[in-house]
Amino acid sequence: MAALTKDGNPIRNKIRDPLSDKVFFTINAIVLGIFGLMVLYPLIYVVSCSFSSGYAVITNKVWLWPVEPTLDAYGAILKHRLLMSGYLNAFLYMVGGTTVNLILIVLAAYPLSRSDMPGRGFFTFVFMFTMFFNGGMIPDYLLVRNLRLLNTRWALIIPFMLSAYNIILVRTFFKSTIPTELLDAAHIDSCSDLQFFWRIALPLSKPILAVMVLFCAVGHWNGYFRALLYLSDSDLYPLQLVLRDILFVTQMPDSILMAMGDSKLEELSNLQQLLKYSVIVVASAPLMILYPFIQKYFVKGVMIGSLKG
Amino acid sequence: MNVKPLSAPPAAKLTKQEQRKKDLQKLLHRIYNARQLYLIILIPFIYVIIFNYVPMYGVQIAFRKYNPMLGISHSPWVGLANFTRFFGVYNCWRIIINTLTLSVYGLLAGLPVAVILALGLNSLRSQAYKKTIQMVTYAPYFLSVVVLVGLLTQVLSPQYGLVNRFLELLGMESIDFMGSASMFPHIYVWSGVWQGAGYSSIIYLATLSSVDPELHEAARIDGANMWQRIWHIDLPGIAQTIIVLLILDMGKVLSVGFEKVYLMQKPLNLQTSEIVSTYVYKVGLTGTADLSYGAAVGLFQSLVGLVLVVTVNQISRKVSETSLW
Repeated sequence: MAALTKDGNPIRNKIRDPLSDKVFFTINAIVLGIFGLMVLYPLIYVVSCSFSSGYAVITNKVWLWPVEPTLDAYGAILKHRLLMSGYLNAFLYMVGGTTVNLILIVLAAYPLSRSDMPGRGFFTFVFMFTMFFNGGMIPDYLLVRNLRLLNTRWALIIPFMLSAYNIILVRTFFKSTIPTELLDAAHIDSCSDLQFFWRIALPLSKPILAVMVLFCAVGHWNGYFRALLYLSDSDLYPLQLVLRDILFVTQMPDSILMAMGDSKLEELSNLQQLLKYSVIVVASAPLMILYPFIQKYFVKGVMIGSLKG
Repeated sequence: MNVKPLSAPPAAKLTKQEQRKKDLQKLLHRIYNARQLYLIILIPFIYVIIFNYVPMYGVQIAFRKYNPMLGISHSPWVGLANFTRFFGVYNCWRIIINTLTLSVYGLLAGLPVAVILALGLNSLRSQAYKKTIQMVTYAPYFLSVVVLVGLLTQVLSPQYGLVNRFLELLGMESIDFMGSASMFPHIYVWSGVWQGAGYSSIIYLATLSSVDPELHEAARIDGANMWQRIWHIDLPGIAQTIIVLLILDMGKVLSVGFEKVYLMQKPLNLQTSEIVSTYVYKVGLTGTADLSYGAAVGLFQSLVGLVLVVTVNQISRKVSETSLW
């Protein structure tokens, strides 16, 4: 860095890229560009379809931008009762589940980060072991049933919220950011461990807690597995499960189909096809709008995870 | 706490007993000092016992014939009957092979793409361009599985699907991708790559940023071209990360994500799409739910996962001195 030529330019500029490198950089940029477009195109296509008329979609006129733009598909969503309650439920489960997640992570991670706690190895093992072995779907189900949580909202908020991986992440953070001198000083000033945890360790760990909140919240918002297992009342369904019914299960009862005229029927099937696009958009919109702002936290989380390695 | 102090070498002329007493006192003192830490960890500890270890205890129904009237710990023992039953099922090996195919194929396809993407992004000159590509490639990670499979169904649909319309433009027959057993693994794996490559590349990119730039400078001066520098500097720089992630993934080869496969299943593709976890769900919790049988198959899956993680970790520790523990 320090070495300069007579004209004051850094020496590195003197080494020109050989031709092979120039070719490399160009090809590299093009290949990455193509990959980016491959990711982007289906997303744009679905959004465009959702804003096009049912007729344009059915007759395959949409390629990139909306054709005969309408908001029909979105109007149909508003009429879908379960979709609205699904949104609400998903929000509830996300907030509730993330809260439980966070409490457990913090309360487990802090003591595990303290090397002066006797029995730390034992506790670490108890938590870490859950990463490599678990009872499985059926014993989990039986536990939820025995606790009488089946088909209640609590089933998606209380059980199975402990993530050993996230505990390691936060433990690593505590270890690397809170110097032992700080703890010693606090102890000398007769600050108890509880006070230190609450007043010093927690406020210092806000950045990692933000990462955890986002990790967990996105997971809750996007998951449907637990709801499928533990809920049978469709009023309790989170958005993803409602979405699954609309996208993959919904079949109009024959009685309704018979009662309708042919033209009505066609209109309905067009609309149903459209609805599939618009529900995809509506369900993904919150995260698609938010993620450019939160992605840096995810990157940070992954990087802290790699520290542990 | 049942933690024994390490026996220190006898100092001075203390008798063994005195020494032990002293150690014990020290330990008790340390435990007393840490009392508030135990208080903090108490809640997650109780929680993990209830929600993680009680189900592990409940796994014993795999060795019983579960009777709801008798409950988990009073149903009659049947030994390994539930396990032998699984291995006697005509499509048992089909299911295991399907599961392994999806995970190993997924690993083999996903890992190189993520690594190459990271190496490519790392060698980009323009930071703005790099940021844009990163932003775009992360996006699908935030889509839910339901949305992803919904999107696949729409884009690959034989009637309206984008892909089939391109095929038709090229004069080819349209294909029912989602209903084809032979297509299933490819669709599953490559849609996963589409969704996850950007996100998986983050960790490699982060590791690459810690590669000393002077190595690159020196290599440049010695006339190494970009290919050589990537091959000899960047790739070795992330080798350790690749191995660690590989170990972690190995433990999951039998627990392929239930969510996506279950949504993609159709009667037409069951031949290749039935995997262990969807099978557990179907036999254990739907239809004539046989909880014991389902639990046995699930336990088999967990045990294989545990054995694999330990084995791969052991091998990796010997071969490359990189390991999880």
